[in-house]
Amino acid sequence: MQSELSLLEQIKQDKIWEFPGGIHPPEQKSLSNQTAINDLPSCQRYYVPIKQHIGSTDDILVNVGDDVLGNQALTDANLAMTVPVHAPVAGKVVAIEPHVSAHASAKPELTIVIERSDNQKTISAQPIKKWASEDRLTLATQIKKMGLSGMGGAGFPTHIKVNSAKPIDVLILNGVECEPYITSDDVLMREFAHDIITGGQILQHVLQSKICVIAIEDNKPEAIESIKKACEGIEGFKVKVVPTKYPSGGEKQLIQLLTGEQVPSGSIPADLGIVMQNVGTAYAVKEAIIDGLPLTKRVVTITGDRVSASQNVWALLGTPVSELLLHAGFNPEKDQRVIMGGPMMGFAVLDAAMPVIKTTNCILAPSAYKLPEQGVEQACIRCGLCADACPAELLPQQLQWFSKAKDHEKLEDYNLFDCIECGACAYVCPSQIPLVQYYRTSKAEIREAQQEKIKSDKAKVRFEQRQERLEREKEARLAKHKASAEKRAQALQKDTSAKDKIAAALARAKAKKAAKAEESNASVPATVEEDAAAARKAKVAEAIARAKAKKASSQESSQSTDAAPEAETLAKEKPTSENKEQPESQSSEQATPSADELRKQKIAAAIAKAKAKKAKSD
Amino acid sequence: MFSSLFKSSPHGAMGMTTNQVMRMVCYATIPGFLAQIYFFGWGSLIQLVLCIVVALVSEAIILSLREKPIRRTLGDGSALLTGLLLALSIPPLAPWWISVIGVAFAIIIVKQLYGGLGFNLFNPAMAGYVVLLISFPVAMTNWQPIQPLLMHSMSLTDAVFVIFSGFSTEGYSTSQLKMFIDGTTMATPLDQFNTSLAQQLTASEILDFDIYGEYGGMGSQWVNLGYLLGGLWLLRMGVIRWHIPVAMISTILVLAFLASLASPDKTYPAVHHLFTGATMLGAFFIATDPVSASTTPKGRLLFGALIGALVFIIRQWGGYPDGVAFAVLLANMCVPLIDHYTQPTVYGHKGMKK
Repeated sequence: MQSELSLLEQIKQDKIWEFPGGIHPPEQKSLSNQTAINDLPSCQRYYVPIKQHIGSTDDILVNVGDDVLGNQALTDANLAMTVPVHAPVAGKVVAIEPHVSAHASAKPELTIVIERSDNQKTISAQPIKKWASEDRLTLATQIKKMGLSGMGGAGFPTHIKVNSAKPIDVLILNGVECEPYITSDDVLMREFAHDIITGGQILQHVLQSKICVIAIEDNKPEAIESIKKACEGIEGFKVKVVPTKYPSGGEKQLIQLLTGEQVPSGSIPADLGIVMQNVGTAYAVKEAIIDGLPLTKRVVTITGDRVSASQNVWALLGTPVSELLLHAGFNPEKDQRVIMGGPMMGFAVLDAAMPVIKTTNCILAPSAYKLPEQGVEQACIRCGLCADACPAELLPQQLQWFSKAKDHEKLEDYNLFDCIECGACAYVCPSQIPLVQYYRTSKAEIREAQQEKIKSDKAKVRFEQRQERLEREKEARLAKHKASAEKRAQALQKDTSAKDKIAAALARAKAKKAAKAEESNASVPATVEEDAAAARKAKVAEAIARAKAKKASSQESSQSTDAAPEAETLAKEKPTSENKEQPESQSSEQATPSADELRKQKIAAAIAKAKAKKAKSD
Repeated sequence: MFSSLFKSSPHGAMGMTTNQVMRMVCYATIPGFLAQIYFFGWGSLIQLVLCIVVALVSEAIILSLREKPIRRTLGDGSALLTGLLLALSIPPLAPWWISVIGVAFAIIIVKQLYGGLGFNLFNPAMAGYVVLLISFPVAMTNWQPIQPLLMHSMSLTDAVFVIFSGFSTEGYSTSQLKMFIDGTTMATPLDQFNTSLAQQLTASEILDFDIYGEYGGMGSQWVNLGYLLGGLWLLRMGVIRWHIPVAMISTILVLAFLASLASPDKTYPAVHHLFTGATMLGAFFIATDPVSASTTPKGRLLFGALIGALVFIIRQWGGYPDGVAFAVLLANMCVPLIDHYTQPTVYGHKGMKK
């Protein structure tokens, strides 16, 4: 890359460089540039999409049923990449709803619908008349507040572009307008050259750039003339006439034409110290600063063989396409195509309710005869006409093979993303292959795959992090366990009595458990009862024994031998039966027989003794 | 009200379609073809009809087998062109089955089996020609001397009889028909030159033979001039690009000039190279076949130069008198490699590493 000075030097020379490729489609411009810009009659309803630029949107400031004044801001713009939209007319907000968008997809987007009232009042304008003494930020803020975004094609917010952090040397006002049929910039330059140049001066002041180049294609002699006149005597302003070739109005191609430099892939012109603005945007800048007017109207070319009065009109933003066609005398043929934009890069209008937005430069209603549709796709014969036509020096037919094969890697190898979708390749293709459509599809697929990849990568990272965390926690736990186990082992080795203590504790615990189990045992009350019964029996037996002994002492001793074994068995049997009734698990109690039992045994013994005495005495 | 069919931009295309491209190439062969008929008799016309019919029939058969649209594909004119180019390359009095085999091979094997138009690696006409040349070398090198030198004059009926039966209406065979007025025979200019060199004749002595004209073969210089005219018209119409013909012709010219500097007595003169054999047909009609040629601008220069060099080498040292067909096929093989290394630098990638 050459130094800044040489870039300036290069641009100051009266030299126009070349860019490779390009095509010369029939211009068809004289259809619409023969008359002055007309005003479009007002219509009943205006459909103002809240997003007409590249970037984001902010809050809507109005509600359904609200009355709005002309030029009133309808949306907020607090975020960096937002610009507001304004009411094109005074009226009532009748709906805020999705409406067909001015986009190739026609996908409905949130739109504020305003019904025009008879009483047209506008909010008071807040111009900055002495802009030359204002600082950059004030002017950039005003540009943002007035809703400015690029009017040439992409719709990039203007305040971002003029607020470049990088030093800007060159401001280029793009009046090339290389697409066939379109003349909106052409007529604007013819009629409002001074306003455009004033806008350029304001931009120059904001950007602090050293030179301003206005580039115009050589097929617009009237525009060149009037712009040259407007530039006279203004320091640092230069008109450059570039040869007519499509797509010389492309940002990258125009920079190459004017400087011989290429914007490196992945960079923006600001990296080279260049900012480019459409001449329409420059006009809007003048209106925004000096008149304090927001962007609510623009010049739109209505042209093509199927409208009887091709012309340029001042169209309020939000006007449906049908109104424009009606105004120009639309006479549709069978399978009529209507295109928003030019034939090379415009898109088909699928619904006539589609509104005019900030980037709408043309409504084209061509005849199938003048602008024949592409025929049936045939096999690629590798003729290479596409490569010859490509201004980016890509190899379109190779890209086409890879696109059909969905070979994303190869597509990126062959720099698919440097394709500007100008359509030159498809235009020259003898096999009528819709090349650009293939590239768009592939770009979308690759972007989608990248998004998917980002998503899955994130999920993968999350999963891996979770796994790692779980693993870490597990290890920490294991380490803790190990450490405490070791501690215990060490403690044991130090003090062997601890083992006994443990054993004792274990025994205690066992005993406790056993006691608990005993208490809960259902047989316990029965045992008590039986104990009582046994005691009674024993007493009875004692009493019997006593009575018998009395009887025996009073009677003859010969009968007593029969009674003695009886009493002995009774005495023997009783403890056994009682033992059986005791729960067997109660080993500790077995070891120490109860007092009750001892008594019984004593009784039995006494009975036996008594019987023996009786027997002796017998 | 509107066409509901979604179409991506651009809306509209330039006039020239593939069919038109093919048709224009066909038209451009007319001057050379007329010269060929004038000097070498009606045989070429019969070969032309025969080859085109076989080409269209073979293509139709394969298309129906492949379940592809027949009418539309035949309409692209590519099969017709292949048949035409082969007819112009085959000796006018070659037996009919030679043409049939060559064209059928070119269309069925070389073109359709590779996937049809756009997918063939080799130039179908040249691949067909080489198969014939290798399989039937005698019949394929049996070019008649130009008509004015012949002992037996040939009518259209004679040509038909010779091609389909091997004998003219008067019962002469092709070798008898080759006889000069003085009863001798001679080969084609390029063939004769090498043969005569081997017989220790010098270049200037050889060029005094009747079969040589001022700038090439007596007849073939005019035929080549015809193809040159047709080729220039194609260039002017934007059907072909200058790279390949210019690179090929200039390479032959330079190499032949250097060779004649080294040994003038043993070298076919440089200008004669251009106006003998298939040089012009090859440069403007064969090598420029976009399908099998290189697709990058630099690659086309390389591709053309490679063909030129190979033509010269084969003519100078090879076993075959002419080498255009072999040269084109060899260069076809190199195309993927050439294309890979000659990719242009994409906008914004200057100085960036690929």
